[in-house]
Amino acid sequence: MIEFTLNGEAVSSDSPPDTPLLWVIRDELKLKGTKFGCGIAMCGACTVHLDGAATRSCSTPVADVAGRAITTIEGLATDSGKALQEAWVEEQVPQCGYCQSGQIMQADSLLQDNPHPSDEQITAAMNGNLCRCMAYTRIHKAINTAANGKGAKS
Amino acid sequence: MKIAPEKLKGRVSRRTFLAGSAGAGLIMGVGVVLPGCSREEAVGEIAQGAASRSFAPTVWFEIAADGGILVNVAKAEMGQHVGTALARVIADELGANWSDIRLNHVDTDPRWGYMVTGGSWSVFTTFAMLSQAGAAGRTVLRDAGAVLLDASPDECTVEDGRVKANGREVSFARIVQKGDISRTFSAEELAAMPLKPASERRFIGHEAQALDIPAKAGGGAVYGLDVELPDMLYAHPLIPPTRYGSSINGIDDTAARDVRGYQQTLVLDDPSGVLQGWAVVIAENFPSAMKAAKAVDVDWTPGPTANVGEADILGEGARLAADKSTGVLVVDDGDVTEAQTNAAKKYNAIYRTGTVLHFTLEPANAVVEFDGGKCHIHAGNQWQSLILPVLAKSLGMEETDIVIHQYYLGGGFGRRLWGDQIIPAALAARALGKPVKIVFQRADDSRFDCTRSASVQQFDASFDDDGKLTGIEHAAAAGWPTLSMAPGFLADGVDGNGKFDPFSISGADHWYTLPNHRVRAINNDLAQRTFLPGWLRSVGPGWVGWGVESFMDELAQLAGQDPIEFRLARLDAAGKNAGKLPESVGGATRLAGVLKDVRERSGWGRELPAGEGLGVAVCHGQERTMPTWIASVAHVTVDPDTRKVRVKKIWQSIDCGTVVHPDGALAQAEGAILWGVSLALHEGATFEDGQVSQRNLDAYTPLRMADVPELDIHFMESTEFPTGLGEPPLVSIPPAIGNAIFAASGIRARDLPIRI
Repeated sequence: MIEFTLNGEAVSSDSPPDTPLLWVIRDELKLKGTKFGCGIAMCGACTVHLDGAATRSCSTPVADVAGRAITTIEGLATDSGKALQEAWVEEQVPQCGYCQSGQIMQADSLLQDNPHPSDEQITAAMNGNLCRCMAYTRIHKAINTAANGKGAKS
Repeated sequence: MKIAPEKLKGRVSRRTFLAGSAGAGLIMGVGVVLPGCSREEAVGEIAQGAASRSFAPTVWFEIAADGGILVNVAKAEMGQHVGTALARVIADELGANWSDIRLNHVDTDPRWGYMVTGGSWSVFTTFAMLSQAGAAGRTVLRDAGAVLLDASPDECTVEDGRVKANGREVSFARIVQKGDISRTFSAEELAAMPLKPASERRFIGHEAQALDIPAKAGGGAVYGLDVELPDMLYAHPLIPPTRYGSSINGIDDTAARDVRGYQQTLVLDDPSGVLQGWAVVIAENFPSAMKAAKAVDVDWTPGPTANVGEADILGEGARLAADKSTGVLVVDDGDVTEAQTNAAKKYNAIYRTGTVLHFTLEPANAVVEFDGGKCHIHAGNQWQSLILPVLAKSLGMEETDIVIHQYYLGGGFGRRLWGDQIIPAALAARALGKPVKIVFQRADDSRFDCTRSASVQQFDASFDDDGKLTGIEHAAAAGWPTLSMAPGFLADGVDGNGKFDPFSISGADHWYTLPNHRVRAINNDLAQRTFLPGWLRSVGPGWVGWGVESFMDELAQLAGQDPIEFRLARLDAAGKNAGKLPESVGGATRLAGVLKDVRERSGWGRELPAGEGLGVAVCHGQERTMPTWIASVAHVTVDPDTRKVRVKKIWQSIDCGTVVHPDGALAQAEGAILWGVSLALHEGATFEDGQVSQRNLDAYTPLRMADVPELDIHFMESTEFPTGLGEPPLVSIPPAIGNAIFAASGIRARDLPIRI
């Protein structure tokens, strides 16, 4: 039995320790906002926060999160996270939307470390998150809006 | 301006409009009254909540007692915000309050008619009908409101969900609550409905937030992969070494039996023939299924294409394109043979494109349950009406007993036009007597993808003594998606000989006026036998345009003319290029219009530093019958030492007629342009040993944020009939980049992806 906190609540999993955290979150704990994309930590659709840091849940064994805190899109409650989600609507970012939970979790991790990132810092932080619809210009713009205010250069 | 009735002619068949109070609400729809039934019967049935017995609606909306308006959408939502666009057409004519609108994505109940979402067709094919349905609904509400206001209908106006007359008003909600509405309009009456002039529109062409976006920003949007049913089991595919002709000799699952949750491995027998040599691992959960799938050892005899590679497919394409006895005639204007015989000079070039994956970020998946004699399928799908008969064959069931329930699509791009991933889940669910969810891991999704076929195009130009272009012969060889998946949509050759895939040659029938022009569409049989060719975003024009517009640049270069002037001289709208009402009115002059617009906005012709260049290309979208006029200019740099190409900026001018949802249209253009950059420079796969070799992001590398150029997109002001937009902005990007590389470096790229 592996115990950890998920969006502030104590949870446990009886999956084998090498089970990817993604499937524990999605299928055992029934939070579907975190998505499965590539399975090799290269698309970012499965991004969650592990003790506040963006982490690819598809490639993180559930045993690694024992005693630690996981946040998913459903539990994103930081001020920057809320600002990002508002900016995502304001800038009409999502197309198919499938990657966007991961994009937002990645972006919030950036803003936690660097509340006012430059254009280059945004791109560097987000380059590991694939958007197959290629809504990149709007993702970039929305992070700028959330971090630096409406009308910020993007 | 008002939409002239002739603009709608031919777009609407013998459809009628019904409006009937049902329960506490009001239901309205446009559709076909089924044979043997009357409109009166149909509207009576609506009141009983049973529209399907005598009426097959294609537009269907319901106003609840609280004034909320539910618009049923039969199109797949895969990022284009299609429901928002379609609902805004209805809402505008209806005089609705936009905040009252809700969307419902419907299942495949036969009453919804033929279901397909593709070809950038959604707005184009439904605009006239949705407009009429909204206008008819407005008329019904106006007349009912007039009674409540003691006014004549002529005194009433309808807006913001209210009917107003003489300083008084009544809400749609109150009109609906009053009940007793039962109206029908014939096809003629529907066609005569007065539509709003463009100047009076409140929603069409005005900004709106897409209704699907909040859920997608909050993690609450539900995709096929998110569906769960009680007691369901998980299936993991074991994909054979070749798409066709593989057979299973034996399965050893000894090692898998140690995996907790593993149940068994099922060999699948698919009467439809889509699955050949298939098995699935069954487990209680997906992680166990993944683990067990690795542990199961399947002994296959592969099919006959087990050794085919990319070079074989391209080689066969080149052989076919060069052999003038092959293919089907698509265009045969003038006499190309005579032009070639009399030519003082000839010039030819060969353009090739490699295999491309769809790589939808949501991998292939489906949940299937048999219940009460019905097969219920839960999966995002773009062409339900295409896969239903295949499923019926696989399962030996009637199509009407199979229901596909729709979800958001985590990317479509044409992959989900073919719902073949449903078949293994359905066969397994029936064998096990339990609901089954199949999920493809990424590498399996890539192996099972219906990839965009590699292609080879050969162009032969002829010139007279003065160096004037006298003719072009164009041959294009590729695997044809339509041949394998939808053969009923093949078209006849212009000389009556043979059939061709119109979606795999569209773009060759361009709007340039040429004295002699011949196009041969050739099926690459080796490609067809090795894999299932698929429709990929922008379909034929996406690779045909690479050849057409790159070769046009070569011809301009040969003639010593500016590439834009060279094109404009041939966009004279003469003869068949004049265009016609409603969809292509203006013809080639509109293509010339966007080309001039992008020339001005991009600063075409200015001096650039060494190693930089501008390139231009145009396209007419997906088909001549639905032209979206687009011109693009790309600004690239080519490193003189490494030859590394970087796209600095892209300008694009678009004339798609009326723009229904401007921000949604812009988003589609942004995404499609970046797809174009990605296909030109970043993506590319190869077949090796009968299967696609690049199966995940470690080897298949779509464009990322750091690769995004500056985009400058301009939609031309227009009130003409709306055409499609999801794919056309892609088409001219690869050739514009290739032509810019030539301008920057003198290197002519003829292969896509570009690797100079």
